Amino acid sequence: MKLDYLDQLESEAIHIMREVAGQFERPALLFSGGKDSITLVHLALKAFRPGKLPFPLVHIDTGHNFQEALDFRDNLAEQIGEKLIVRYVEDTIREKKLKEPTGRNATRNGLQTFTLLDTIEEFEFDACIGGARRDEEKARAKERVFSVRDEFGSWDPKRQRPELWNLYNGRIHKGENVRVFPISNWTELDVWNYIRREKIALPSIYFAHERELLIRDGKLMATAGGVIKPEADDQLVTRRVRFRTVGDISCTAASESQADTLDAVIDEIQATRISERGETRMDDQLSEAAMEDRKKGGYF
Amino acid sequence: MDLLRFITAGSVDDGKSTLIGRLLYDSKSILADQLEAIERASKSRDDGEIDLALLTDGLRSEREQGITIDVAYRYFQTPNRKFIIVDAPGHIQYTRNMVTGASNCQLAIVLVDARHGVVEQTRRHSLIASLLGIPHIVVAINKMDLVDYSQDVFSDICIHYAELAQKLNVHQVSYIPMSALNGDNVVDKSTAMTWYEGPTLLEHLETVTINDAVDGETEDHHPARFPVQYVIRPQTAELHDYRGYAGKITSGTFRKGDSITVLPSGETSTIDAIEIAEKQLDEAATPMSVVLHLATDVDISRGDLIVRSDSQPISSQNVEAMLCWMDTKEFKAGNKYVLQVGTARTRCSVREIAYQLNVNTYEETEGVESLKLNDLAKVVLRTAQPVSFDPYAQNRATGGAILIDETSNVTVGALMLTGESL
Repeated sequence: MKLDYLDQLESEAIHIMREVAGQFERPALLFSGGKDSITLVHLALKAFRPGKLPFPLVHIDTGHNFQEALDFRDNLAEQIGEKLIVRYVEDTIREKKLKEPTGRNATRNGLQTFTLLDTIEEFEFDACIGGARRDEEKARAKERVFSVRDEFGSWDPKRQRPELWNLYNGRIHKGENVRVFPISNWTELDVWNYIRREKIALPSIYFAHERELLIRDGKLMATAGGVIKPEADDQLVTRRVRFRTVGDISCTAASESQADTLDAVIDEIQATRISERGETRMDDQLSEAAMEDRKKGGYF
Repeated sequence: MDLLRFITAGSVDDGKSTLIGRLLYDSKSILADQLEAIERASKSRDDGEIDLALLTDGLRSEREQGITIDVAYRYFQTPNRKFIIVDAPGHIQYTRNMVTGASNCQLAIVLVDARHGVVEQTRRHSLIASLLGIPHIVVAINKMDLVDYSQDVFSDICIHYAELAQKLNVHQVSYIPMSALNGDNVVDKSTAMTWYEGPTLLEHLETVTINDAVDGETEDHHPARFPVQYVIRPQTAELHDYRGYAGKITSGTFRKGDSITVLPSGETSTIDAIEIAEKQLDEAATPMSVVLHLATDVDISRGDLIVRSDSQPISSQNVEAMLCWMDTKEFKAGNKYVLQVGTARTRCSVREIAYQLNVNTYEETEGVESLKLNDLAKVVLRTAQPVSFDPYAQNRATGGAILIDETSNVTVGALMLTGESL
């Protein structure tokens, strides 16, 4: 008997989630309404049904999210009858008098970290499950499945715990927390193949649709909700696009696409010569170590 | 499509990162923007050649020093197989990272610099691969371009390594001459070494038989083992009596109707149902994550091990193991740790260091008082509760264990359990 690789990856992810349930007092699952965290929710249901999920779903809302993703998030939480906690970056900015980045290409994405750390403190979460994958970015490729963070949420790549066989050590001191990545070993294509196989529903913005956009530095940025203010040299256009990742509007670019079905999307990803984050995420391209530096600061 | 996890081991200058870069580059697994990024980075350094090693060094300090510090994972696929590359550092002080990386792998690529042949690092990496029970070893004899692609040099190294493999009891060894820098025999056949008739590295990786029970394939002679992770009890009106034991089958096969024993209590029952996501199955095998239901009410919680009654593991409070020590604090007799085997944790104390194993000469030294970071030794432990396990050589899944420091909570040791100590 030989398991297909998707079954192997699924089984590994379920095992990791159950380790979280078995080892921690107050875990949470970070859920944004994007394809990776939707996949996590699906895996969690497989891991714990017919019981309740042993953790709430938590979303750190930058206030700059796509409405389609937010609606999808709320509907899914309601449909499966699980608790959804939302905390807003907007509130943190107001309460802590944080300075918002301004100017061209300003993004609130970095401020998410403050709200995330406050939320961890508020609910005393000792483990946060996230949908990060090692194929996304070179700093992520270095991260363990159980990633221990100190009381400031900081990641120290030189002090990672050895992770052997399928034994995960989640013992921590009070105040520390563990970020857990059950789909570490999945690639973008694996996630899409799994979504197709399991018939998992996704927000509509993952599929080709007509949208008003502006072209900035060669990228197609959504004008949705007025998050990005058009400047004089920005060109406003209407194009048929889809989103390869669903992040903060201010730093997530769309790709021109005719792919309006799962099969078409998968064909497109198989044929592409540009990586997921390279194509869509402006925030990773600020410097050679942008992701690594954000993670050291407590980012996911 | 199946999945092969392999580790690359080699010393700092053997060209390991270049080999991985070449494998990804020639198999067209590097996307255009990633390539542009390393082209940019290469240009800002020295001679303008693309440095494929930059692909794998993901951390700022690694790029600064030009060495790999921690294990990284890369992914690529060909039409028939998916690959997870475990890219482990070769530097001596990072031996523990190689052990970490090797624990889940079915194949190890040991890089040898053709100019230097078998050196201490080769011996160390091969020992670790053998201790961790990696079934296949590929000896990648690299930098053949620097020895004029000489068949004699290649043959000498093969003979030398074969002696080593015999000492280590490693049987499935393949030898490939290559130049990772120029791309000879990595993905494409070398035109400079027509005397070599074997497969290229990628051809070998694509066709090697995966027969390890850790991942993917079940062998019937492996006993059925199920460490309980979590008990699912919905406690709702309609599921009042539902009680499912959630876990991953780490070895063997379970079938409906099997007689089982729960360890450490020794209570027995029968498997009533096997579920995956509420779907009923008649049988399930490694590495499936499932839910088991038993015919009778037995007291079971996280940390218990369910086994088929006809093949019981060792259950003991006195265990012997090979240890790779991974902490800067010393390991010595009398020290206490937390031992984790499967999902079970128990306190243990160190009774004895039986001998230390020299990683370069393979000599066993008795009378050693304490172990330092990266030392390997045979040790004897006494546990607070009996632990259930199989000898690692027979079963990687149930014979591997970790030691955890009770105060720092850090994983400080990797154990390959070998048996009961009398």
